[in-house]
Amino acid sequence: MSPQLLSVEGLRTHFFTRHGVIRAVDDVSFSLERGQIMGLVGESGSGKSMTGYSIMGLIDAPGRIVEGRILLQGRDLRTLSEAQMQAVRGDRVAMIFQDPMMTLNPVLRIDTQMLEAIRAHRALGHRAALAEAREALARVGIPSPDERLRSYPHQFSGGMRQRVAIAIAMLNKPDLIIADEPTTALDVTIQGQILHEMQTLCRESGTALIWITHDLSVIAGLADTISVMYAGKLVEQGAVDAVLSHPAHPYTRGLLRSLPANNNTARGQALQQIPGMTPSLLDLPPGCAFRTRCERADGACAADPPAVHRDDGRSLRCFHPCDDDTRSTLAVQSGAPGPP
Amino acid sequence: MLVFVIRRLMQSALVLLVMSVLVFAGVFAIGNPVDILINPQADQAEIARLTAALGLDQPLWRQYAVFLRQAASGDLGNSFVYNVPAIGLILERLPATLELAVCAMLIAVLLGIPLGLWAGLRPDSIAGKSIMAGSILGFSLPTFWVGLMLIMVFAVQLGWLPSNGRGETREVFGITLSFLTRDGLAHMVLPALNLALFKLSLIIRLTRAGTREAMQQDYVRYARAKGLSMRRIVGVHVLKNIMVPICTVIGLEFGSLIAFAIVTETVFAWPGMGKLIIDSINVLDRPVIVAYLCITVILFIVINLVVDLVYSLLDPRVRLAAAGN
Amino acid sequence: MTQPQTPQTEETPARRIATDFAASHLAVAGLATLLLILLLALLAPLISPQNPYDLAQLDVLDSRLAPGAQSGDGKMTYWLGTDDQGRDMLSGIFYGLRISMLVGISTTLAALAIGLAAGLTAAYFGGRTDSIIMRVVDMQLSFPTILVALILLALLGQGTGKIILALVVVQWAYYARTVRGIALVERRKEYIEAAVCLALSPLRIVFRHLLPNCLPPLIVIATVQVAAAIALEATLSFLGLGLPITEPSLGLLIANGFSYLLSGKYWISFFPGLALLLAIVSINLVADRLRDVLNPRLQK
Repeated sequence: MSPQLLSVEGLRTHFFTRHGVIRAVDDVSFSLERGQIMGLVGESGSGKSMTGYSIMGLIDAPGRIVEGRILLQGRDLRTLSEAQMQAVRGDRVAMIFQDPMMTLNPVLRIDTQMLEAIRAHRALGHRAALAEAREALARVGIPSPDERLRSYPHQFSGGMRQRVAIAIAMLNKPDLIIADEPTTALDVTIQGQILHEMQTLCRESGTALIWITHDLSVIAGLADTISVMYAGKLVEQGAVDAVLSHPAHPYTRGLLRSLPANNNTARGQALQQIPGMTPSLLDLPPGCAFRTRCERADGACAADPPAVHRDDGRSLRCFHPCDDDTRSTLAVQSGAPGPP
Repeated sequence: MLVFVIRRLMQSALVLLVMSVLVFAGVFAIGNPVDILINPQADQAEIARLTAALGLDQPLWRQYAVFLRQAASGDLGNSFVYNVPAIGLILERLPATLELAVCAMLIAVLLGIPLGLWAGLRPDSIAGKSIMAGSILGFSLPTFWVGLMLIMVFAVQLGWLPSNGRGETREVFGITLSFLTRDGLAHMVLPALNLALFKLSLIIRLTRAGTREAMQQDYVRYARAKGLSMRRIVGVHVLKNIMVPICTVIGLEFGSLIAFAIVTETVFAWPGMGKLIIDSINVLDRPVIVAYLCITVILFIVINLVVDLVYSLLDPRVRLAAAGN
Repeated sequence: MTQPQTPQTEETPARRIATDFAASHLAVAGLATLLLILLLALLAPLISPQNPYDLAQLDVLDSRLAPGAQSGDGKMTYWLGTDDQGRDMLSGIFYGLRISMLVGISTTLAALAIGLAAGLTAAYFGGRTDSIIMRVVDMQLSFPTILVALILLALLGQGTGKIILALVVVQWAYYARTVRGIALVERRKEYIEAAVCLALSPLRIVFRHLLPNCLPPLIVIATVQVAAAIALEATLSFLGLGLPITEPSLGLLIANGFSYLLSGKYWISFFPGLALLLAIVSINLVADRLRDVLNPRLQK
C-alpha cells in the first residue's frame, strides 16, 4: 500500500450565490501520509473548513466542487456515488466539529449516537457494539463509561462532549480524521488536554489528522506539517518547525509577527499587525489576493502566483518570498502543555 | 413528579371555579328564557309560576349557590326545554362528538406528518410546493364552507356519500359508536374530513417548518459525517426532534377540535354536543349551556394535563429538570 | 454550516425583504389579489350596481334568479344572480367584502394594540405584574377561540361593533403571549441593560428599543390573524350570531344559500364563498411568504 494516504489535487469548491460566485476553495493541493498530522491554518473565510467539508463530500447547494481530485488511497472520492461516500464517511474518514453541543443530538442518548456510528458500517451485535463504545469512552479518559453511555449530551461539560466526539470519530478506526476547530469552543486549560490526547491517540493508532484552526500556537506542538490558507488559496506549506521559524510567505510572516509572544514590546505599545483587512471573497483583486496588504508587493503580483515546490519540502505561492529575512528570531509558544 | 401532578390539579380546580363563576354570571345574565318557553298568551300567574319553578326569581348569588351545591353532587339542573338533567343530555351526545374528533385527529396526524416531512425535505420540488400550497388552502378555507362544498360535490353531484346524520350505530360498553358499521362509517367520512382539514394543514406546516429547521442543524451534518443513511437521519434524528412541538400542538389542538365540531355538526346535522349547544343558545336553555361549558372546561383541563405529562416524557431535558426539582 | 461567510453587501434590509418576497410568484399573486380585494372593498358603495342594505331597493320578485338574469324592470343585470330576498349577489359580495375587511383589520389592530401593551408591560416589569397578566392570558388561550366568541356574542347580541369586540377579546391574548416571549428574550440582551444604565425612561426603552425588535414576527402573526378574524366572523355569521340579517356579511349570505344548495341554486352560497376564499387565501399567501422571508433561522 502506498504510504500516501490522501492526495488533494487542484481542488476548487465554488458557491454560486445571488451576489456572485464565492471561490471558497481555489486550486488547493496537498498530500498526507499515513499517520501524518497536518495543521490547516487560516482566518475565518479563508476556506479551511470548506476544504475539510469538500473532502467529506458535505458541500451542499449553492456550493459545489467544480474541479479537482481527492484521492484517498488512490480512489478518487469525487467519483463515488452517495451510497459509496456514506460508506467512507465515519469509517475511513471521520470528522470532528467545532461545537459538540450542537453536533450531538440533544434528544438522543450517547449510546444511541455511538452505536449508530458503528452499526452504519459494521454488522455488530448490540452487546459487542456497546462494549466497543464503552472501551472508546475509556480511551478518551471519560470516567464511569457505563453511566455516561446512558446519559444525554446536555449532562456533559463542554470538554467531555468533545471527548465523546473524538471517541465516536475513532470508533471505526479511520485512516484519517478531519478536526474542524475542535478546541475553539473550549476553555484554554481543556484545550491543552484535548490536544495532547488527540496527538497521543493518533500516534498510537497511526491515524492521520488534519487539524483545522485559526490559532497558530495550537499547531506548533501538535502537527508535523502546516498549510496556510488565505482567501481560498493555499499560500504556504511545509514542515511545521521550518515554517514557523522561517516563514517564507509574507502573510505567514505577518501572522507570526502579530503574536504577542513575538512582540518584545513594553506594555502599552501596539502589536505588529498586518495592515488592511481581508478582502471580501466576492471582490478579490486580480492576481495575488494578499497584494493589497503586502509590503513586498509590486506590479508582478497582479498575476496569480503559481505554487512553487522547493527542494526543502516547502511549497509557496509568492513572487517575493521572505527568504532573505530569515534572520528574524521568531518563536511560537507551543499550545500543548503536555499531559495534565 | 407526584408534586407536579398535584399542583396542576389544584390549579385546575381553581380555574374550574373561576370559569364556573364567569359562565354562570354571563349565561344567566342573558335575556329571560321564560319569554321563549312560555305561550305568549299566558297571563302573569303562569309566568310567575314558571319563573318560580325554574328558580329564576331568586337573587343571582343564591341561584349560583344552589348551582354550586347541586354541581358538587353532579346535578347541573334540568334542561328548560327537554326537562331532563342537562348533564345527561350532554353526556349522551358526547360520544358522537368525541368519535368525530378522534377520527379527525387521526386523519390529520396520519396524513399530516408524512406530507409535512416530504415538503420539508424537498421544499423546492413540485410535490413539496403543491403540498404547501394545499396546506395554505386547507387552513384558509372556513370549515363551514368546505363542509358545504363537500356536501355539494359528494352528496349532491356524485351521490357517493350521505350528507347528514349519523347512520347506523352499535353499542360498545354502553357507548354508542358508529365506526363499527359500514353505514356509520359512510356517514362519518365527510364530517371527519371536514373537521380534519384545518388541523391537517396545521400539522403539515408545522412538520415542514420543523423539518426544514432541523435539517439545517449541526447534528444533521454531523450524522451525515458519521456515514448514516438519510433514512436513519430523518427517521430518528429529525423526527425525534420535531415530535416534541408537534405533540404539544396535537394535544392542545384536540380541545379546539372538539369546539370546532360545533360548526361541522351544524353543517352535517351530526347529533353531537356542538349542535346541542347552538340550539340551546338560540332558545336560551341555560342549564344546558352551563353544563356544556363546564364539561368542556373539565375536558380541556384534562387534555392540558395529559399534554404536559407527555411533553415531559418526550423531552429528556424537561424530565430531568423536573426530577431535579 | 456548510456555507462560507457571506460577505457584506450594500442591500438594505427593506430591499432584501422585498426581493426575497418577490421571489415567490405565488406570494406576489396573493399580494395582487389582496390589493384588488381591498380596492373593491373600499370602493364598494361606488361600484355596486345596487345597495344591498337598502331594503327599498330590493325586489322580492327578483329572488333566486340565476346568474346573468335581468331584473324584472329590465334596469339591471344580475351578473351573479340573486339570493332569496332579491339581493344582487355581486353587490352583496362587494359590501360583504367591505365588512369582512373592516372587521378583520380593525379587530387585528385593536387586538394588536392591547396585546402589545399587555405583553410589553408583563415583560418589562416582570414579577407579580408578569404573573397576573400571563395567568389571564393562559386561561384565555386554553379555550378555543370559537367557544369564547360564541358565548360573548350570545351575551352581546348582534352588530358590527359587537362582533369586533368579541373578536378582539378572542385575539388579544395571542399577541400578548408572543410579544412577552420575544420581549423577555430581548430584555436580557445587553443593549437594554445599557439603556437602563443610561437612565432612560421605561417608556422610551420600551418603545424605541424593545418594540422594534419584536416587530418582524408580529407582522407575520398580525397578517395571519386578519385572515383568521375574517374566517371567524364568517363562521359566526353562518351560525346565526354576529351581524344582523339586514347587513349581511359573506358568512350570512352563505348561510342563506345553504338550503338552496341541494336544489341546484348553487350561486347563492357559491359566489360569496368564493369571494371569502380569495380574501382569506390571498392574505395567508402573503403572510406565509413574509414569515419565510423574515425568519432569520432560515436564511440561506
